[in-house]
Amino acid sequence: MKTNSVPLHQVQKGSRLVVVEIPEGRSRSQLIRLGVVKGEFIRCLERLPGGTVVIQKHRQEIAIGVTLARNILVAYVNAEEQVKA
Amino acid sequence: MRDHSTSAFHEPALDDHIEKHLHAGIEVTRDDGSTLSVALVGNPNVGKSLFFNYLSGMYVDVSNYPGTTIEFTKGRYKSFEIVDTPGVYGISSFTDEEAVTRDVVLQADIILNVVDASHLERDLFLTQQLIDMGKKVAVILNFMDEVEKLGLEIDTRLLSSSLGVPVFRTTATTRAGFDQIDSALYQARRGSQNPALHHRLHSLLSETGSEAEALLIIEGDEGVSQRHGIAPGHERESLYIDRRNRVNIIINSVLVEKNVRTRFATLLGRWAVNPWTGIPLIVFALYVIYLFVGKLVAQDVVNFTESTLGHGLWEPWIRGIITQYISPTSWLGILLVGEFGVISMTVTYLTFLLLPLVIAFYLSLALMEDSGYLPRLATLVDRSLNAIGLNGSAVIPLILGFGCVTMATVTTRLLGSEREKTIASAILQFAVPCSAQLAVVAAFLAGAGFAAMAIYSITIFVIFVAVGTVLHRILPGSTTPLLIDLPAMRIPRIDNVARKTAYRSYFFMKEAAPWFFVGALAVGVLQVTGLLTVWQNLLSPLTTKWLQLPHEASTAFVMGMVRRDFGAAGLYNLALQPNQVVVALVTITLFTPCIASLMVMMKERGWKEALTVWAGTWIVAFLVGGILSHILI
Repeated sequence: MKTNSVPLHQVQKGSRLVVVEIPEGRSRSQLIRLGVVKGEFIRCLERLPGGTVVIQKHRQEIAIGVTLARNILVAYVNAEEQVKA
Repeated sequence: MRDHSTSAFHEPALDDHIEKHLHAGIEVTRDDGSTLSVALVGNPNVGKSLFFNYLSGMYVDVSNYPGTTIEFTKGRYKSFEIVDTPGVYGISSFTDEEAVTRDVVLQADIILNVVDASHLERDLFLTQQLIDMGKKVAVILNFMDEVEKLGLEIDTRLLSSSLGVPVFRTTATTRAGFDQIDSALYQARRGSQNPALHHRLHSLLSETGSEAEALLIIEGDEGVSQRHGIAPGHERESLYIDRRNRVNIIINSVLVEKNVRTRFATLLGRWAVNPWTGIPLIVFALYVIYLFVGKLVAQDVVNFTESTLGHGLWEPWIRGIITQYISPTSWLGILLVGEFGVISMTVTYLTFLLLPLVIAFYLSLALMEDSGYLPRLATLVDRSLNAIGLNGSAVIPLILGFGCVTMATVTTRLLGSEREKTIASAILQFAVPCSAQLAVVAAFLAGAGFAAMAIYSITIFVIFVAVGTVLHRILPGSTTPLLIDLPAMRIPRIDNVARKTAYRSYFFMKEAAPWFFVGALAVGVLQVTGLLTVWQNLLSPLTTKWLQLPHEASTAFVMGMVRRDFGAAGLYNLALQPNQVVVALVTITLFTPCIASLMVMMKERGWKEALTVWAGTWIVAFLVGGILSHILI
């Protein structure tokens, strides 16, 4: 799994992803509270120029700044989406 | 908790107590006779304040939480004391808001937990944490209408039995289900704690006195641990993940997706964060705000209130009364009702100019907030603000700054770190012209032509970016990354928006008004003692030689220290060339913040930082103004 993982700020918009790793530090607890934990399925709703991303988890939408997104590792659920990226 | 001697499996003593009195029709109180306290707790934007208003009606008391700058509201319902809390995603002390909510929750006897039914995944984490704390909880599932529109179904009974606490369905827009809130208060009870947790909390009880505090200590809350002199635990993460999993299991069983539809509101929310549609939306939103605040309020309303009510009615009236007792030419007369009189001019300024503007700005802010647009705007501009050491959330104080820099400085509180608060307030003081000043600046520039306007705007923008960039470079630490939940887009509730606007405007006026009086008094004293002329002469060489402006322009700089628009307005009577207009306006815009901003900044950021910024504005204003002057003139 780890070999296929990519940082969240580089993923293809619209792709389905699974969270592989969330970083240590201040934001970690807040990510867990919001349900962004290892193994959770998410979708990249938007990737803005510069790398701010908006992810969707069920009906919840969460915006993540690039400095944090860079440290969140995810893997594509569908291999084709990765090829496109 | 007062019932820590009983376990979750027994009806706590307090329940019996309430029960007995309820049936006897007697007021419900604690054993010691004091009233029971109810905390309204929920995630941001779940409609908590609506329930608060429903319960407490008009009898509310808004104040800052002791030792903090966080507002909280108290009211009464029957014999209960109702406390509204800042919206949070969990109970701990990651932010000041959380710490306030934590303390209110710890002291409360009953928790009314308001949950956004269309966002169960997000909200139930907090619910389960409150239950794990051993608190008596009743859950209010709000926005049931949206759940239906989304094509979802929630098994409320199953949810109630899974959580072990009563669950009530309500709809904010129609107030359906509000009649059950009363019984929610009486039916609140301890829910199903994480079983592994229960006995561990009890083993800590002798030290902490309550399960709630025991849990927070195990979860590593530093504030609570310190209070009890116990080392904070290291299990936050494992407990959070356990709780998350537990919540996910509950949701899987209670939530049924029937025929999921994408609502227009959801689409609009997506457009707001897509650059192609989002940027036109920003332009549109700003234009609407400009029409409302800049045109309607700043021009039409303020023209009427300031000229007709202020200069026309209030000032002559009060001058008439005062001068019956005090000669208008005496020093006291000048101080009170003279040109810069404390009770003539300052009252006009505060009530007839500033207040309408502040209300208009807070109203726009509340509308953007309650519609769910603001967090999306923050998302869209996040990366650009990263360049100056801020994240998307700083868009709020920066926008407010164009209304009133003092008001915006107060709002820097909501930023994530001290570093960001420092950067944002410095930018505000240096390079953001407030609406009062902008009005004067715009009038001048309109007469000076397009080139003047362009040079002015570009210079101010460059300084804006430069201040942020320099501070971002030299201050230690790094920018906190944006991490925000984007709430559903909704049509804001008018009563909620109105109340928010009223509270904030009231608070701002209460906090800032005294400093406007102090400022006016200071100028008055300078005037009667003749120090104003001394000051002008002192600044004169700088004005005439370096900036190449007429000698009289130095008056503008003295007045600019008190009120920014005074500074700009002081230039009106001078015959200036277009190039001189640009130099004068750039200098006056970059020049010191008004005295009220300075005072508020001292309070918010400490006198050292405030005075450094204040001194810095002198240097930057005259440096940039001078350079521009030597290039242009």
